[in-house]
Amino acid sequence: MTTDITVLPAIEARGLTKIYGSGNTEVVAMRDVTLTVNRGEVVALLGPSGSGKSTVLTAIGLINPPTAGQIAIGGQPVMDGPRALVDLRTFRRKHIGFIFQKSNLIPFLDVRENVQIALELNGQTPRAARKRALELLDYLGVADRADHYPAMLSGGQQQRVAVARALANQPQVILADEPTAALDSHRGRQVMELFRKVAHEQKGGVIVVTHDQRSLDVFDTIYEMQDGIIRLSAEHAHHATSADAR
Amino acid sequence: MNLAVKDIRHNLGRFALTAVGIGMLLMVVMGMGGIYRGIIEDATLLIDKLDADLWVVQRSTRGPFAEVSRLPPNLVDRVASVSGVADTRKFVFHTIQREHRGKPLRMAILGLDWPTDRGEWLPLMAGQPLAQNHYEMIADRALGLELGEQIPLGKDTFTVVGLTTGMIDSGGNGLAFFTALDAQTVQFDLPGAAMRLERAARRGRADRIDLSSSQPGLLDRAEGLSAAIPALAPPAVSAILVRVLQGVDPQAVASTISGWADVSVHTREDERQLMLSGPVEKAKLQIGLFRILLTIISAIIMALIFYTLTLDKLHDIALLKLIGAPNHVILGMILQQALLLGALGYGIAYLIGQWIFPRFPRRVILTQDDLIRLAVIVLVISILSSVLGIWKAMRVDPNEALS
Repeated sequence: MTTDITVLPAIEARGLTKIYGSGNTEVVAMRDVTLTVNRGEVVALLGPSGSGKSTVLTAIGLINPPTAGQIAIGGQPVMDGPRALVDLRTFRRKHIGFIFQKSNLIPFLDVRENVQIALELNGQTPRAARKRALELLDYLGVADRADHYPAMLSGGQQQRVAVARALANQPQVILADEPTAALDSHRGRQVMELFRKVAHEQKGGVIVVTHDQRSLDVFDTIYEMQDGIIRLSAEHAHHATSADAR
Repeated sequence: MNLAVKDIRHNLGRFALTAVGIGMLLMVVMGMGGIYRGIIEDATLLIDKLDADLWVVQRSTRGPFAEVSRLPPNLVDRVASVSGVADTRKFVFHTIQREHRGKPLRMAILGLDWPTDRGEWLPLMAGQPLAQNHYEMIADRALGLELGEQIPLGKDTFTVVGLTTGMIDSGGNGLAFFTALDAQTVQFDLPGAAMRLERAARRGRADRIDLSSSQPGLLDRAEGLSAAIPALAPPAVSAILVRVLQGVDPQAVASTISGWADVSVHTREDERQLMLSGPVEKAKLQIGLFRILLTIISAIIMALIFYTLTLDKLHDIALLKLIGAPNHVILGMILQQALLLGALGYGIAYLIGQWIFPRFPRRVILTQDDLIRLAVIVLVISILSSVLGIWKAMRVDPNEALS
């Protein structure tokens, strides 16, 4: 019997725990976090500073390995505790897109090159990568800024370029950490809508760490974190319900 | 996409300044090598140009460059009579310092054995060889003299009839060529008062011996010219230069002359080695050590520059790792920049050197071997010094892109 991988969750995290230090200095940043993000689903992660949101995000992003727990992306087990089951950098390149609070564009590459580099690293020819990068920039409304350096762009424009880069390789998973913090409400809303669109079109899973209460209706599921523990948000459950209804 | 080039393009000013800095540093290393080579070349230039197979000097001396050597001038005829000798020349060499146009003029004087040697072999850039036995000189342009200029030396005045280029002694002093007789006149010139006092002293010494009372003419002779007194030897020469006949082994002629009790004989190669291991050895060693030290310092500075350049990019490197850039992409970026900076620095060093070295007071000689050696050293330094940056880059956690 074969499994249709398109029905497997985009992200499956089970029992993720992250402990820093030991003995008296031990800090549990993430405790037994279990989370499933289905394909096409957009998930919000809320919580105060230091609650462990970024730890969850970086663990699922294969940047910061958990002390215990398992992670599977697109049905493929990738982490078993701190042990990597795949080449993490290659896996990240192919299957995960990142967007951060600060756009984190490479300052010495222009806008087009910032997107193109992600494609070239994934094996595309420079010509094909260039074409695709320009298409993505056009899709995100920043094609006219293609030959500008990041420092010459507004915060919103930079964030859209970062989104274009994250989408470049059509990843199964998009992880966004406070992506709208530098944007005005209108632009913030646009970015969140974009995530939703991408998740649905590409059948990927999106996790967004956010404090932005204005766009919560965009998310399918909302989790809250407190002291490293995750739980479904009861307070925002109606957003998820209304999102499901859309 | 070449990330190294993209980074350089974006930070062109800083990169250019860094390349110029490295270039200046390498120019000093290159210059030190050139000065070292110049010292050796200058030291052996005269020996090579004089083209003598054998150097006959005072017994048990390493003369005439390493120490004083005095030989009777008539030795030139004695050596000429040895079987296998083609020709012989007197070699008179000494250094003087005089005031000229209100500035000190230091010159190394070389006597040419007139009339057999008029200086035809000299690399003349203007003028002509010596045309008469007295009062003419050929000067190297390093002395700053002009053709036709008159230089008073002792009681005589000499006219510059020829100008050479690149003829300097081991101390970097420009050479001036006179007839051997004029060179000796300049060397042994005494002020008139000193000469008169010496003649009076000779008269006093003659007065005190019995012979003078029976032969009064002796007293008159004692008061006369030194050259007219048979008991006084004529001024000595520094060495006798010997060229052997074609097909004759210089060593065989040397062993014949070495049998004489009053002289020592050195071959041209011996003389070169005596010069290099004697007068210029310390300077050669000093410059050589300084050159090594400078190369090490350059390596350290370049390593620090490359390391700092990498530190500046740590966030970008973390970001590249985060988006999945493999190590070889990051390593390539750092290494390519290091090699490019090294190559540019080397090119800048060469270009600046070509312009500035000829203005140095002493010769700076850039040989092809030295340039290739330095290029290899720069290549190795660039690779090794980028290792530090690469090591740091490899340790960067992609997590740092988020901090």
